[in-house]
Amino acid sequence: MIDVRGLTKRYGPETVVDDLSFTVEAGQVTGFLGPNGAGKSTTMRMIIGLAAPDRGSVTIGGRRYAELAVPLLEVGALLDAGAVHGSRTAYDHLLALAVSNGLPRRRVGEVLARTGLEGVARKRAGGFSLGMRQRLGIAATLLGDPRVLIFDEPVNGLDPEGIRWVRDLMRSLAAEGRAVLVSSHLMSEMAQTADHLIVIGRGRLIADTAVSELTRTGGEGTVLVRVTDPGDFAQRLVAAGAIVRDGLESSLVVSGMSAADIGKLAAYHGVALGELTPQRVSLEDAFMELTRDSIEYQGVAA
Amino acid sequence: MSTDVVAARPGFGHTLRAEWIKLRSLRSTWYTLGCLFVVALGITILASNAAGQSWAEATDAERQAWDPTGRSLTAYIVAQLIVGVLGILVVTSEYATGLMGTTLTAMPRRTRVLAAKVVLATVVAVIAGEVLMFASFLIGQPLMDRQGVPVAGLDDPGVLSAVVAGGLYLAAIALLAVGLGVLMRATAGALATLVGIVFLVPAVAGIFPSWMHGVFTYWPTIGGSAALGTVADPDFPHPWLNLGGMCLAIAGVLAAAFVVFRRRDV
Repeated sequence: MIDVRGLTKRYGPETVVDDLSFTVEAGQVTGFLGPNGAGKSTTMRMIIGLAAPDRGSVTIGGRRYAELAVPLLEVGALLDAGAVHGSRTAYDHLLALAVSNGLPRRRVGEVLARTGLEGVARKRAGGFSLGMRQRLGIAATLLGDPRVLIFDEPVNGLDPEGIRWVRDLMRSLAAEGRAVLVSSHLMSEMAQTADHLIVIGRGRLIADTAVSELTRTGGEGTVLVRVTDPGDFAQRLVAAGAIVRDGLESSLVVSGMSAADIGKLAAYHGVALGELTPQRVSLEDAFMELTRDSIEYQGVAA
Repeated sequence: MSTDVVAARPGFGHTLRAEWIKLRSLRSTWYTLGCLFVVALGITILASNAAGQSWAEATDAERQAWDPTGRSLTAYIVAQLIVGVLGILVVTSEYATGLMGTTLTAMPRRTRVLAAKVVLATVVAVIAGEVLMFASFLIGQPLMDRQGVPVAGLDDPGVLSAVVAGGLYLAAIALLAVGLGVLMRATAGALATLVGIVFLVPAVAGIFPSWMHGVFTYWPTIGGSAALGTVADPDFPHPWLNLGGMCLAIAGVLAAAFVVFRRRDV
């Protein structure tokens, strides 16, 4: 649905987005992930035509954004939930947007209902909590019942209830067959929402992969082993070709050998295993691994 | 999807209606308009009540050039600033809140969006400006009449066109303000520039080199507003030409605003 090709954006000497290419497919949530300052928002602004790329192109359903006859019917985008005039009511805010695209007035009521804002429709948006503003922004994206939805950091600053609501909404929008592109700098958030991940750092594509794929390949798995005499067993593991590190509380962290093989080795030597736990690589670790070289300002490890 | 959302292909009329909804749904719009009438008519009343004293102290030459119409319209000097604020807010309130991004996402045809804002600002400012100028004239003349100074009627020569010119002048300033709002993107910067143009430059016009005086012939508050009087000013023998020149210059500012608005990243 969204096709990004060779997208490049410079601000002065800085290349914020660098030859970025990816596609966003219908029927799934695509997480757009990267550390702060990686160029996510700039990319999203180029997708909806707010910023002009220096090179490359973006098409939505084969057409440039500016060429869409009725944009709200094709794309709903929320880049900044704070972008409402504080003294305008939620209803009027949405009505102006609907009217600009020739959408019927009843759509305003419908999206207010879907986002649970009917009760505050006639209230001024200035008095809204961050969560309500986020809902109002999402309501605006749904006005035209679009096939493509774009959200920039939609759960930033939300309470757990709000986060769950946004997450469930993204899932249901994708289940309805829409293409959903959601940016975040939190891997843990994307792990629970996205089907597919596009990871960027310093404006460049780092990974374009299914979420399940990333946890499988994002670094070798390790196995946590606990035995009564770790020193002795460690030597046997190393002799068998494994790499062994000391873990917490005299455990061993073994890599380069599967849990099954470690079990067999223990049985062969008659060593009683206290614990044998394969460690899944968390998405968080995989993400850190991927973006380590592309974080703008890195703190010095303590 | 999109099956239950039937949309007419949106045109300029939709954009204009959307802009109107945005303008009317802000309290600040109505406060600004209210402020315009209260302040400007208040000044009209004060200036008209002071007319008797001015007449009594006036020399023969001053009595020769006595212009009751222009006197009742002097509130334009302050009114232009308030109308300007309205024009600026049509644009900068969207930049201040980030709403411009939302507006241009919903309607990526930028020329159309700005054209709708310009048309809307023009309509509102022409109506407000004309109503204000006619009200000023109709309130000012009887007040002056009570003090026994010469007054004018709408059917006297040149009076109607002077009052109409007052409203058009205010509308032109509103458009200048829209242009400045687009170019500056910030209320404070646009307002400071507008104050500089309509107040500061005229106040210090005397110290500028003589080649600049040609510019002042068409400058707001100086030559541009000459059409608001009925007694011919020897410096501006054809005041509508001066007003026309000012409008042309403002059209130039607006043209620059359109170019920038189209090209600039939001």
